[in-house]
Amino acid sequence: MSSSMFVQHMLNGLTLGSLYALIAIGYTMVYGILRLINFAHGEVFMLAAYFVYWGITLFNLPWVIALLCAVGLTCVMGIGIDQVAYKPLRDAPRISALISAIGVSFFLQNFAVVVFGAIPREVYRPEWLENVILWGDIRILPLTIVVPAMSIALMLGLLYIVYRTKAGLGMRAISKDIETSRLMGVKVNRVIALTFCIGSALAAASGIMWSLRYPQIQPIMGVIPGFKAFIAAVFGGIGSIQGAVIGGTLLGFMEIMIVAFFPDLAGYRDAFAFILLIVILLIKPTGLMGEKLEDKI
Amino acid sequence: MKHAQPSAATRHMLTFGALAALVLFLFTAEKFADGYQIQILNLIAVNTILALSLNLIYGFTGMFSLGHAGFMAIGAYTCAILIMPVGQKEMLFLLEEAYPIIQNSQTPFFVAVLLGGIMAAIAGILIGFPVIRLGGDYLGIATLGFAEIIRIVATNIPRVTNGALGFKGIPDFATIWWNYGWLLITIYFITRVVNSNFGNTLKAIRDDETAAQSMGINVFGHKMASFTMGAFFAGIGGALMASLVTTIDPKMFLFILTFNILMIVVAGGLGSITGSIIGGIGITALLEWLRVVENPMTFGDFTINGIPGMRMLVFSLALVIIILFKQEGIMGMREFSWSWFLGLFKKSPPKKNKEVR
Repeated sequence: MSSSMFVQHMLNGLTLGSLYALIAIGYTMVYGILRLINFAHGEVFMLAAYFVYWGITLFNLPWVIALLCAVGLTCVMGIGIDQVAYKPLRDAPRISALISAIGVSFFLQNFAVVVFGAIPREVYRPEWLENVILWGDIRILPLTIVVPAMSIALMLGLLYIVYRTKAGLGMRAISKDIETSRLMGVKVNRVIALTFCIGSALAAASGIMWSLRYPQIQPIMGVIPGFKAFIAAVFGGIGSIQGAVIGGTLLGFMEIMIVAFFPDLAGYRDAFAFILLIVILLIKPTGLMGEKLEDKI
Repeated sequence: MKHAQPSAATRHMLTFGALAALVLFLFTAEKFADGYQIQILNLIAVNTILALSLNLIYGFTGMFSLGHAGFMAIGAYTCAILIMPVGQKEMLFLLEEAYPIIQNSQTPFFVAVLLGGIMAAIAGILIGFPVIRLGGDYLGIATLGFAEIIRIVATNIPRVTNGALGFKGIPDFATIWWNYGWLLITIYFITRVVNSNFGNTLKAIRDDETAAQSMGINVFGHKMASFTMGAFFAGIGGALMASLVTTIDPKMFLFILTFNILMIVVAGGLGSITGSIIGGIGITALLEWLRVVENPMTFGDFTINGIPGMRMLVFSLALVIIILFKQEGIMGMREFSWSWFLGLFKKSPPKKNKEVR
């Protein structure tokens, strides 16, 4: 393999990895706080891409405005999903909320089929994203730079919120012990809503960039990236934001590299993440960065 | 709710009577119902088998498993390979030739279904051994991963599974008699298991694993046994399904299939065999009825075009509503019994005569 090909693959891996990482953060934050696998997260990712599409084709919004509206709508949706489907089940057995999440996930998928149709749709791309940059014999799409840069900016913003603001302090407190936090005066419901809001916004950013990078959207587009991002979150250590970033990036790299070095295994590309999941759960269930989460008895 | 216990002889008579009624019903159905109605009856039987097997794993042992589609796929492919005539298989494997053992094996239907179950059970042992120690949602996601792996592998080994094309024209041996025969076997077996001492142990593990462990119960062994049995019957269900729908391919075994079965179990009641049977009938009928929503409708002069996706939309909404408002499902953990049934016909006794126990 030539070195330019290798760099090309590295860049592709970085792009894919940072997209996974953005979704994985949403999973890891919700799991850290509620011990719930938010199955509907992949659908939030998908709907964000559709919202942009809708905004442009139906309401003729300028591209940037459509993006902002989509992110805003997705945040509201994230909070709404929690309020409707998870909040009533806070005191129920954990698996009940998980089943509810699976139900919501299928609901949103089919909602998209009903409203938008099952046919894949072409996404609008602004022109400056189409021009290929040539650097030696390496062809670089602007997106391969924009996506990681954007992801890093968003993650820095997130780290600021989590570690430098009062709301972030609340989040960290709740993930340690929800009851005590409540007693100490943390407004638990508000912080949980904020968590869903931030997680959904990041998923939305990822979904929109995904639809630019792989410019086709369809109702099931969130399923596989959703699963993989969850696996990335487990891989990095669920509950840890840094872990989700590292896990997502590594998973993206590994996927691209395995297909690049072993083209015969290309058909097994989607299986790779699941095998990784099972291996991680067996060897080190806490993941790369995770602390052991106490089971709430 | 204690009713006078009918004698064992009475109960056996009643059971026998109910079985005779079922046979009579199936006989009538076979004679007079049209193909579509018979297909629904068959689907009810197969779905109930699948629901019972999941209920054993999740409802009675408390292991949240999402791997049913994988076990079904194994059962379905095994059965399809074994019942298809050798000549037909030669025609089927166009792109790549099948391995000789796949090409030349052929068994009677009963053996094929049984082997489908056994292969699924073996897969259950292989996957259960590493992942069963995981608790709660992690087990769910790991088994879901397993099911996806099975599906992807099935797409990538064309010399066994014919790749993405799958099998077409599988002989339709799964008559109403086979399906309901297997259903009765499943009900009988799982009822016996659940009511045995072994079953009590499973329920103890479900209710409090730590306590069960400290009572000296071999938690891992019991979980493995339950998981393997569940996988076996899921394989049986998949095998019957293959012969029932006569076409299988990897796309059929997506997560949605597991979701449908989970829905039956949750709606019927976790930990209730009666619930799974009622759920199997109700949900299968509902899913078929919901096809109406996707077909064009005409009200007088209006015609509403069919809306694709509406069926699963309503269906998933139903699951969320059930889990939000009636978590215990239709039956909770209660079971049908003859004494309860007979109690329905007796005048309810005045309150002062209520039995105190």
